[in-house]
Amino acid sequence: MTSDVSALQLVLTADPALMAIVRLSLIVSLSAVILATLFAVPFGALIALTRFRGREIVVVVLNALMGLPPVVVGLAVYLLLSRSGPLGTFGILFTPQAMVIAQTILIAPIIAALARQTIEDLSAEYRDELAGMNVGPLKRVATLIWDGRFSLLTALLAGFGRAAAEVGAVMIVGGNIDGFTRTMTTAIALETSKGDLPLAIGLGMVLIAIVIIINALAWTMRRAGERYAG
Amino acid sequence: MMRMRAFHSDLPVVFENVSVVARSVTILENLNLSLDAGSPSVLVGPNGSGKTTFLRIAMGMIAPARGRVTYGGRAGVTPVRRAIVFQHPVMLRRTVLANIRYALASAGVPRAEWKTRAESLLDLVGVASLADRPARRLSGGEQQRVALARALARDPEILFLDEPTASLDPAATKAIEDIIGAVSARGIKVVMSTHDLGEARRIGGEIVLLHRGRVMEKADTKSFFDAPRTAEARRFIQGEILL
Repeated sequence: MTSDVSALQLVLTADPALMAIVRLSLIVSLSAVILATLFAVPFGALIALTRFRGREIVVVVLNALMGLPPVVVGLAVYLLLSRSGPLGTFGILFTPQAMVIAQTILIAPIIAALARQTIEDLSAEYRDELAGMNVGPLKRVATLIWDGRFSLLTALLAGFGRAAAEVGAVMIVGGNIDGFTRTMTTAIALETSKGDLPLAIGLGMVLIAIVIIINALAWTMRRAGERYAG
Repeated sequence: MMRMRAFHSDLPVVFENVSVVARSVTILENLNLSLDAGSPSVLVGPNGSGKTTFLRIAMGMIAPARGRVTYGGRAGVTPVRRAIVFQHPVMLRRTVLANIRYALASAGVPRAEWKTRAESLLDLVGVASLADRPARRLSGGEQQRVALARALARDPEILFLDEPTASLDPAATKAIEDIIGAVSARGIKVVMSTHDLGEARRIGGEIVLLHRGRVMEKADTKSFFDAPRTAEARRFIQGEILL
């Protein structure tokens, strides 16, 4: 009871330590979404619009990778970035950059797989009309991405939700360093094991609030899209 | 050289020994036919007789398995001066006006002309009051009109229409037929399919009867209905089922 009250106090008074953690979490996960989108949406579009041998396998693997375990991604990125690893010379293990890389890898398959599905469905629907209007390949891709933008935004939000809520990957490659790489999820894990429940619960409330806001945004986006585009 | 295209007519559209085979089923078989400039050509025939495939081949969307289609004597002409309205047109997820603008843009019309061109197209098909509505929210008849406007945005020499009134009520059908009449009067060659013989009679300058992927009869509308040459045409006109 007392821990609930003090947790609420931390949130309502915008406790600086808590806010710093929230800010870092948002920056890391948003960066990961932007970075993943740059690769994943074009990749999804490419898979959706081309036919090649082994395409089915790529689609199945891509869909399977949506469920990548964060700890395994964390481990892989850790091995890449560790001093003796192939990218060790950059010296970015246990930094926010490493966390962004890990989350990017974690959510890129989610965004790519959802983008692939969206663009493929839309393409099947539009194919004849665009052919009838003699629309070239590049313009076709642009049209499909634009007309699918509401569904694609939902895919990005799904990626963001996954990134913001995961703990395994950022814990391993970030190291949960106080004031530097500590995110909401890693802090909750640590504070809970230390027994500092107010901070853990406060962060938990903020995290859940963020997840609810994201879902509300996704829902609003979809509704707006339906109203606008039918 | 690029400009030459604009002055070269796509008419007549000539089918030379055209056959279409899909998954070992023959859809069109050894078709020889010429679609000439002038009044509308109307394709009739039972479901599955190959009308839709005929239109797609003529538009240039499908390559025939055998034979070829020439446009004004040339083969492999990209569909710049041709436009098509499908039986179930798909509206882009945009407003009516944006659908028209998209068609104007993909037809290469300079941006400065979009506004006036779009307005006159919307007026022509009678949906000016719906310009700002999401196109996918319109009724079937309204969508059919937008699809017509979108096709006309290409400033086509030939307009292909696949059963444009198939699922419309009488008022909407009348509206679409009036637009088709106006389009034809402007000198655009209309090639359309229908399963409504009354409509074929109202619109057609000539009738092409397709049956099992072959042309059974091609004649001007009056002779087709008054003096059909083939047994199939006689039976089809009398409303018998052609198997």
